[in-house]
Amino acid sequence: MSQFLQQLLNGLFLGSIYALIALGYTMVYGVLRFINFAHGDVFMLGAFTGLYVNKLLAPVLAALPWPVAILIVLVLSMAICAALGILIEWLAYRPLRDKPRLNVLITAIGVSLLIEYTGQLVFGATQRPFPAIIPKVNVGGLGGLTVTMTQVIVAVTAVALMIGLRFIVMKTKMGMAMRALSLNPTASSLMGVNNSVVISFTFGLGSALAAAGGILYASLYPSIEPFMGILPGLKAFVAAVLGGIGNIPGAALGGLIIGVTETLVAGYSDVLGIPSGYRDGVAFVILILILLFKPSGLLGKVEREKV
Amino acid sequence: MKHYKSQLALIVALAVSLGVSLCSSSIDDYYLDIMLNVGINVILAVSLNLVNGHTGQFSLGHAAFMAVGAYGSSIVTLEMGAAMIRVFGGSSWFAEGLTFLIALCVGGLCAALCGWIVGVPSLRLRGDYLAIVTLGFNEIIRVVLQNTSGDGPFGGALGLKGIEPYTNFFWVFATAAIAIYTISALVNSTYGRGFLAVRDDEIAGESMGVNTVRYKVIAFVTGSFFAGLAGGLYAHLRTTISPEGFNFLKSVDVVVMVILGGMGSTVGVILAAVVLTVLNEFLRDFEQYRMIVFSLLLIVMMIVRPQGLLPATVFQRRKQA
Repeated sequence: MSQFLQQLLNGLFLGSIYALIALGYTMVYGVLRFINFAHGDVFMLGAFTGLYVNKLLAPVLAALPWPVAILIVLVLSMAICAALGILIEWLAYRPLRDKPRLNVLITAIGVSLLIEYTGQLVFGATQRPFPAIIPKVNVGGLGGLTVTMTQVIVAVTAVALMIGLRFIVMKTKMGMAMRALSLNPTASSLMGVNNSVVISFTFGLGSALAAAGGILYASLYPSIEPFMGILPGLKAFVAAVLGGIGNIPGAALGGLIIGVTETLVAGYSDVLGIPSGYRDGVAFVILILILLFKPSGLLGKVEREKV
Repeated sequence: MKHYKSQLALIVALAVSLGVSLCSSSIDDYYLDIMLNVGINVILAVSLNLVNGHTGQFSLGHAAFMAVGAYGSSIVTLEMGAAMIRVFGGSSWFAEGLTFLIALCVGGLCAALCGWIVGVPSLRLRGDYLAIVTLGFNEIIRVVLQNTSGDGPFGGALGLKGIEPYTNFFWVFATAAIAIYTISALVNSTYGRGFLAVRDDEIAGESMGVNTVRYKVIAFVTGSFFAGLAGGLYAHLRTTISPEGFNFLKSVDVVVMVILGGMGSTVGVILAAVVLTVLNEFLRDFEQYRMIVFSLLLIVMMIVRPQGLLPATVFQRRKQA
């Protein structure tokens, strides 16, 4: 029983990171109706910016208590990646705003590959160790379960970011504009919403969340490389579809479900009789099942296509 | 005779590839290898063009179907090849050819079956689901093959070795000719009108009574079948295959050929496949910049010239009324 609880807990930590990435997919889909393939690579860039920010500011950070240091690294990397996200949208996607969706999709794949291979050239193709910004101690007081400080920080940061996002989307003017745009772009621009600004903002917000996800992921699994974004990005996309693409709480829920299922399958691989290497296939099986039985996702509404 | 022009062209192409194949020993090995690569890539590009170009869907996992075909046909020749040759009357060009033909067909059918399994759930929906499902399928095939046991029929992470080198000039270019013929014939038939209807306006097509899902699945399964054949040819050319050889980048290579040539333009896609394969061969020293150039090419093409360098309209001849 305690092993099950332990696996469940590990799954939730991993799932909260998938949820952060999935939020970016779902928000961009909400406003632009396309899958931003490059999102997983922004996640990778987040981890690398974290690495470099930490290296550059090492003397300053060493003097500060570690929670403040983490906060600084996190906020700086999120800001840098938000700017990158806005830049990507401006350079690659904006010229194609009114073009067929297929063209935008192909461009997104191009952007994704460009980031990966430029990353390989700049950062090098080998695995790099990610600095331990969070002290490696176990947090006690939870019965027989082991929970590391890193996992606690991951969970706390993810939840805080999701609450922050909820606040931005539901309570601010920009959030209202985002919701209006995802409902009907023409009507929202007639009501005085500057669609381009809202789209840029959405990209910035999504990329910042992905960057945070990247740093948290790199803290949990401290070895990073330019292609680390592909699989988590794919799984996060499945999470977004599972929750209902375009639906923000759905993306968070989907992320948690994917994280837990994957960890349980890997943890009980000998009981289930499948090699633990197949854990990466779990998300894909889930994707096929949703597409077959409930394409609108768990929390999504069925959308009628209008002519 | 006028009505049988394309059939005649097919027969001529088959005869020529047989003729060249008979004197292929006088061609330099290096250039012969490049030519065979060109042929295989032409099959891949033309079959992907059916899905991505003519039908307007977007598959990102062509290498996965190639892998299925490669493994399927290699397992047939490795496990049953000797027995089959014995049944067909001992070692002769006829018995070997027949064995290879059966192996290729098994590989192609396995790939088509996988295409059907992957295509049916994702093609029922509009939008970009096919892209992400095929991308996922590409990863999964690789992961599954890598995790098979090393001494089983799939050979684990190291892959399969010692596959008979059956692939020669005739097999590659005959398959390419058949692929081009079949796909052109399909596109110019009632099916082709269905594909175009799906590509140009799915909603309008559906309201005119076109079963869009059926046409999408037909296109996708046919495309997968030919990718499987290409995979079989590739396996019996290289004689060793491993899961890593069929990764996402291989799929991207084919996608770039289709986009560069012009989606929906068979001639353009064939030319792009030839040019890119040859360029790849001669620019081996710049390997690390290759993907950067490819990805930039994708972005710039979509912004500047989304119809491709040689769009279909260039080669379209108006029928006289």
